[in-house]
Amino acid sequence: MKVLTLNFLTCAVKSCKSSSDSFPLHPKDAELAKDDVEINPQLLANVLPRLDWNALRTTSTELGFPSLPDQPPSPEDLTADEKMLQELHSLLMETQIMEGKLVCGHCGHEYAIREGIANFLLPSHLV
Amino acid sequence: MSRPEDTLAADVHYDDVEARKYTTSSRIQTIQASMTRRALELLDLPSPSLILDIGCGSGLSGEILSQIPPDEGGPHAWVGMDISASMLDIALQRDVEGDLLLADIGQGVPFRAGTFDAAISISAIQWLCNAESSETSPAGRLSRFFNGLYASLKRGGRAVCQFYPKNDVQKKMITSAAVKAGFGAGLLEDDPDTKNVKVYLVLTVGGSAADGDITGVVEGMEGVDVLDARRKGKTTGKGEIKKGSKTWIIKKKEQMERKGKVVKATSKYTGRKRRIQF
Repeated sequence: MKVLTLNFLTCAVKSCKSSSDSFPLHPKDAELAKDDVEINPQLLANVLPRLDWNALRTTSTELGFPSLPDQPPSPEDLTADEKMLQELHSLLMETQIMEGKLVCGHCGHEYAIREGIANFLLPSHLV
Repeated sequence: MSRPEDTLAADVHYDDVEARKYTTSSRIQTIQASMTRRALELLDLPSPSLILDIGCGSGLSGEILSQIPPDEGGPHAWVGMDISASMLDIALQRDVEGDLLLADIGQGVPFRAGTFDAAISISAIQWLCNAESSETSPAGRLSRFFNGLYASLKRGGRAVCQFYPKNDVQKKMITSAAVKAGFGAGLLEDDPDTKNVKVYLVLTVGGSAADGDITGVVEGMEGVDVLDARRKGKTTGKGEIKKGSKTWIIKKKEQMERKGKVVKATSKYTGRKRRIQF
């Protein structure tokens, strides 16, 4: 699973919908892999305003990456700054969580990740 | 023709054997590809976007999303959801580019508000009309799905869901669930009244189409006839509905239905006075 997707996923449990702790999900025992993906600057510029930058900073620290700047770059800065673009691309699109768990900060529910696929199936009493 | 929805749950029906059969059949591949292209045409995405693929299966439709050339606004990034682990396993073997999630769309869409530019679904949402356990109902599953989808799309986003309705009742059930969730909805039928009819549910969030009307989506497309069955006059405003009247009863029934409760069908007898019994 890409770090980009993790920045959009919330806990699926019904009682967590109203809580702010249910986002972002915290990776646990994560095994990372790096895929080669062709860079797509337009896509990054399109997605950038929708990223939750604080959540992305939390995730990147939890996965052991160097810390990101305090403020997100503006789409114009990003297209101009080749290095920044490359770094964001490799974090968001190329880094894959292959094995591990995602833990909700509110209810503590653990979503298992196997072979890069997160299991979001819930038992019916949590829906 | 037999309908797999009627016999088994999606995750049970698409086991390893069935998933492989589905993915390797060249007939299914061609149909899926043409439906995906049609759906993309309806989404009308100008630049590389983030797309949700609902019921992505083995990634037949997702593959096409990743292959759109730059001059046509691609390639798009996508996230796929499916309930069948066997289908996702085949997607892994085929090495698709999108991210995959094992999830039941009838339980909702676990993304935060405004995540996706668009959503696409090929031959999946008719599965929502069947509930396998007594704890869930088709109406509840449909409403959770459409509410979740509505929230996860950005304002001005669009969703196109191709599905195989069993009959007009199912078609109406799915469309009205989408409208209740807040979507602007319209049905597009390719090759109507033939065996190969393909039904596309076109959904918009907020005023994306011209002046907020769903028919704006197909404006300027060749060979599309617009049939507008909507009521011309607006219904009476709030406060004018008299308690106990037929309109009031129907309104209450709709409210209960939205909550996923089982509600008796409305007929000509609804809200009528009983004959005096001796």
